[in-house]
Amino acid sequence: MKHKSFFWFVLPSALAMLLFIFFPIVSVIIQSFHVEHEQVIRNVETCDLFGCKQSTTIDQEATAALRKAKPLGQFAGFETYLDRNHLAVSDVKSTWTATNSWREFGSQMLNLPFYKAIGFTLTFTFVVTPLVIILGFAIAVAVNSATKALRGPLIFFSLLPMMITPLVGALILFWMVDARGIIGAALQYLAGNPELSVKASTPLMWIMLMVYGVWHAAPFAFIVYYAGLQTVSQDTLEAARVDGANRWLQIRHVVIPHLLPLTTFIALMQLMDNFRVFEPIVSFSANAHATSLSWAIFNDLGGETRQLSSAAATSVLTIIGVAILLSPVLVRTWRDFDRK
Amino acid sequence: MSSKAQRQPAVVTFFVVAVLAIWMILAAFPFLWTFWGSFKVEGDFFSKANWANALSGTLTQAETGGRFTGDGYYGAWVQEEFWRAALNSLIVCVFVVTISLTLGTLGGYALARSTYRYAFWFLLAALIFRAMPPITLVSGYLPVFFQWNLWGHTATTIIVLVAINQPFTLWMLHSFFKNIPAELDESAMVDGCTRFQAFRNVIIPVMWPGVITTGLFSFLLAYNDFAVTAMLLSKENQTMIPKVASFLGTTQTKGNVMFAVSSVVSVTAPLFVMILFFQRQIVGGLTAGAVKG
Repeated sequence: MKHKSFFWFVLPSALAMLLFIFFPIVSVIIQSFHVEHEQVIRNVETCDLFGCKQSTTIDQEATAALRKAKPLGQFAGFETYLDRNHLAVSDVKSTWTATNSWREFGSQMLNLPFYKAIGFTLTFTFVVTPLVIILGFAIAVAVNSATKALRGPLIFFSLLPMMITPLVGALILFWMVDARGIIGAALQYLAGNPELSVKASTPLMWIMLMVYGVWHAAPFAFIVYYAGLQTVSQDTLEAARVDGANRWLQIRHVVIPHLLPLTTFIALMQLMDNFRVFEPIVSFSANAHATSLSWAIFNDLGGETRQLSSAAATSVLTIIGVAILLSPVLVRTWRDFDRK
Repeated sequence: MSSKAQRQPAVVTFFVVAVLAIWMILAAFPFLWTFWGSFKVEGDFFSKANWANALSGTLTQAETGGRFTGDGYYGAWVQEEFWRAALNSLIVCVFVVTISLTLGTLGGYALARSTYRYAFWFLLAALIFRAMPPITLVSGYLPVFFQWNLWGHTATTIIVLVAINQPFTLWMLHSFFKNIPAELDESAMVDGCTRFQAFRNVIIPVMWPGVITTGLFSFLLAYNDFAVTAMLLSKENQTMIPKVASFLGTTQTKGNVMFAVSSVVSVTAPLFVMILFFQRQIVGGLTAGAVKG
């Protein structure tokens, strides 16, 4: 294809991505190095019968004018990154010297907002991803050995948890887990504790969020594996049977190696998607027990005072996290291209 | 496969049936439960006395006189004007899908046909953009949108969603166009067509299966989005998902939880119908990227 026609064909879509993905990233980086202007303070001298007094007032007009003239705020360098809501360097240092064991240090760190968020985000990502792969594989093998007539309906219902809006899907589960809902009541019965409430307990909340994560993403792994199973070579399976391999050995030595490239694909997609976990925390109103990086940004942006610089700094840190997770994908795509 | 199934030992059959049965309950039961419960009053849906009330509707009978009630739906759709949010969602989805597909087919076609290295770089950049959590981008939009008075309008949100959608759309359509033989448009160009005429007259008639599949996923992204729509839309332009979330924050008084329950069921219904009709395309689309590696 000629350079000129390529240019015109991709122009609209390149423009859209440049304006609304690339520039925002640049804007976030710039914003994160600035903080809002301080209020302009003016010394006022008021004189009355008893003499003159110096007092300071906030000059609302001048403050508004300054903020309007330079909406970015004043340059602050890494100040926002290092404050208590982000990397909290000074707090980490003092905690490090004040605590004696790793355990104590860890639990102290989880009180700092940024470390609380990244702690949950990473745990969620690295617990949910392997579970999704295992569950998806089990379902795929099971559906593949069901009779043909049943497979259509099975796939239909399996797709539901994945296609459902994340916020809505998490709400549906949350209502069932409520102390007055069916699963909540069942848990109380099983634990023999009528006071048991998922909402009030941090470990239970973490588990519930991860259960939701697996429920939501397992269908994706299932569909990909199911499609992969259709292309397993029947001849190789036949040969393995002739050589005396039982059902398990066939799966272990023929099917799993065949599905291995798919596993890397699923794992990489899931790592990226789970790292941005956000909606279930809103649905479960879990923020007292668990927050994620995306939730922290959302929280800064919403509400009465929009803390743009704080949100920007968290965003940059999140983007760095995504970049680290993404690097193996990029290397793989790069190698694939070079091979071709 | 049927011959293999007959030779299956009983233990294996048992395991298969068990896995499938458990998974089906996990996947389908929450939806059935919520659908059934949305026709009850709050006292039954969240029953302190006995969870089985949600099935029998004891309090619903006592409060409304019937075993089922549409009060939740009436409250949400009429009283709280959920219909307005539904209309906004419809507008956003229609425009996002149309615009994404128009931009995506042009771009995806060019990327599939170009043999130069920059096409690869372009796709790699799109992959990086695809990995960005939308909420990080939102924090980049807000200061600018406030300053230029773009905040709150449906049009702004549509363009933002189109842009966020582009990387995925490009990748998917690029792989679909790769499967259409290049000889097709090349022969048209030998006959004197320009590149664009070849695209219009030869490629467009055969590209629909891929475009429909990609369109389904664009629709899902626009329909399911919460981060962008919640932050960028003013109250009167709100779509359904932020509206559902707003039911949770403000109206926790008695009975109003049922507004949220009934609106959740209303949001799920179109998705249900979509899977029913387009199951094959969805499965095809999910595996398109994976199986080819």
